[in-house]
Amino acid sequence: MSEAFTPEAVEALLPEVAALIISALNLDMAPGEIEADAPLFGDGLGLDSIDVLEIALVISKQYGFQLKSDNEDNIRIFSSLRALTAHIASQRTK
Amino acid sequence: MTSAPLLAHKDPEAVFAWRPDGPVSVGEYLADAAALAGQLPATGYLLNLCHDRYRFAVGFAAGLLRGMTSLQPSSQSAETLRRLQADYPGLVCLCDGDTETLDLPCLDFPDLAVPRGEFLQGAGNRKNEPKTEFSAPQIPADHVAAILFTSGSTGLPQAQPKTWKKLVQNGRAEAIALGLDRQPHAIVGTVPVQHSYGFESTFLLALHGGGAFWAGKPFFPQDIATALDAVPQPRLLVTTPFHLSTLLAAGLDLPPVDLLLSATAPLSTTLAAEAEARTGAPLLEIYGSTESGQLASRRTTDGPVWTLLPGVRLETEDDRTIACGNHVEGRVALSDLIELLPEHRFLLHGRHADLINIAGKRTSLAYLNHQLGAVPGVIDGTFFLPDEAGPDGITRLTAFVVAPGLSARQVTVALRERIDAIFLPRPLVLVDELPRNSTGKLPRGELQALYAEKVSHG
Repeated sequence: MSEAFTPEAVEALLPEVAALIISALNLDMAPGEIEADAPLFGDGLGLDSIDVLEIALVISKQYGFQLKSDNEDNIRIFSSLRALTAHIASQRTK
Repeated sequence: MTSAPLLAHKDPEAVFAWRPDGPVSVGEYLADAAALAGQLPATGYLLNLCHDRYRFAVGFAAGLLRGMTSLQPSSQSAETLRRLQADYPGLVCLCDGDTETLDLPCLDFPDLAVPRGEFLQGAGNRKNEPKTEFSAPQIPADHVAAILFTSGSTGLPQAQPKTWKKLVQNGRAEAIALGLDRQPHAIVGTVPVQHSYGFESTFLLALHGGGAFWAGKPFFPQDIATALDAVPQPRLLVTTPFHLSTLLAAGLDLPPVDLLLSATAPLSTTLAAEAEARTGAPLLEIYGSTESGQLASRRTTDGPVWTLLPGVRLETEDDRTIACGNHVEGRVALSDLIELLPEHRFLLHGRHADLINIAGKRTSLAYLNHQLGAVPGVIDGTFFLPDEAGPDGITRLTAFVVAPGLSARQVTVALRERIDAIFLPRPLVLVDELPRNSTGKLPRGELQALYAEKVSHG
């Protein structure tokens, strides 16, 4: 586990994670265009399970931890950019 | 053969499935299925949407015991559910957890609470006699046990009915081809149990190869490692090229695996060799289709030649290759270019251009274009699959759409109602008109040029 994290630290990490998602998925948009609290699936960014695996791979390389869920239909940490970023902040080892 | 047993296991105490809280025996499985059967309607159609592989298996067997038919669409989009509701009146959904089922009648998977250890018709009274006379329930051989769906060339989903006899034969043939009839394995699958590959290679393979399966569908690489660790050796990992490449790229220490199975998309020799080197397990590929069932296997590192499953035949008829024999329903024309070789072997030379396969989900361009054209406000539009980036990567579709007054996001939202998310265009490009030629067709070269201009900037 890593050092304690605060909402401010999560906020500061948002652009970095947004940029990571955009680069991993070749999306045609700027990091600021991903709304922090909008759903990543469905009506928001429209990600699917293939995208999630792609993102999980770059997260594990960049932040040094493995994602777990046991079920692609139940991936709460991918509910929004903020949720994902908070999870990274709490789990990162580098 | 007028009937065939529900499963091949001979010992009611053998493990049928592994769940996070431990093993489930064959006897407990049959008791769960009998208990659920009492809550299902007699006859009709069961849309079994359970995520948990064990609950799916209980629902499937319960449906069989009631004389029901399992509906297994290739997507669960709202459009698909509405079509099923119209075509199969009286269908009942079986669900575990959150699943969107519109207003279809839905049964939540019940807490069966069957007392463990005491059941079982046919097993005798085990207080007084040893387990000698176990016999599995018999299912009529010609009963249509399942209907799997594919996208036909007309663009509309086509029903592929499977009789119980053929499903049993499919499971047995695959078990023989993989050697699991001699040495049952514990099966861990990363693929959904409802689709043909997962249905055949996790559920039917355990049911009629006499093995056991992991109830979950591990997703992240760490989940796959955890699932493998939770079942005993020998272990079979049933996966796809994409899941496999992600798993290897994660660089985890994997528990020992004894056999790897891949299907749904071509697998590169490089990835196959890396997978074998990292796990020490042979990697076999399966070739088949939803229409025909599984047809052949090969060890990818041994070369490109496929060997037919026991009893399956390929024949040439005009310019087409026909699959028949054993578990193949009737005579099925294959959409691939195939070169027949002696001794039940063949080479595969590619697929028909209209077929789309992304991460193991199949559809046709005709179907996607039909759905796109049906979106209100879309005047013209076409999907386009760019040339593939890499053999084991995932190439996404692009769509070019003429829809004055609509934004790309609005069209995408409407499309999401109609097609599986994996086929949603990325990106969807609005254009003033499509480069149709004088006969109204869209030459691929023109679309490639449009793609280069609007998307790849190349």
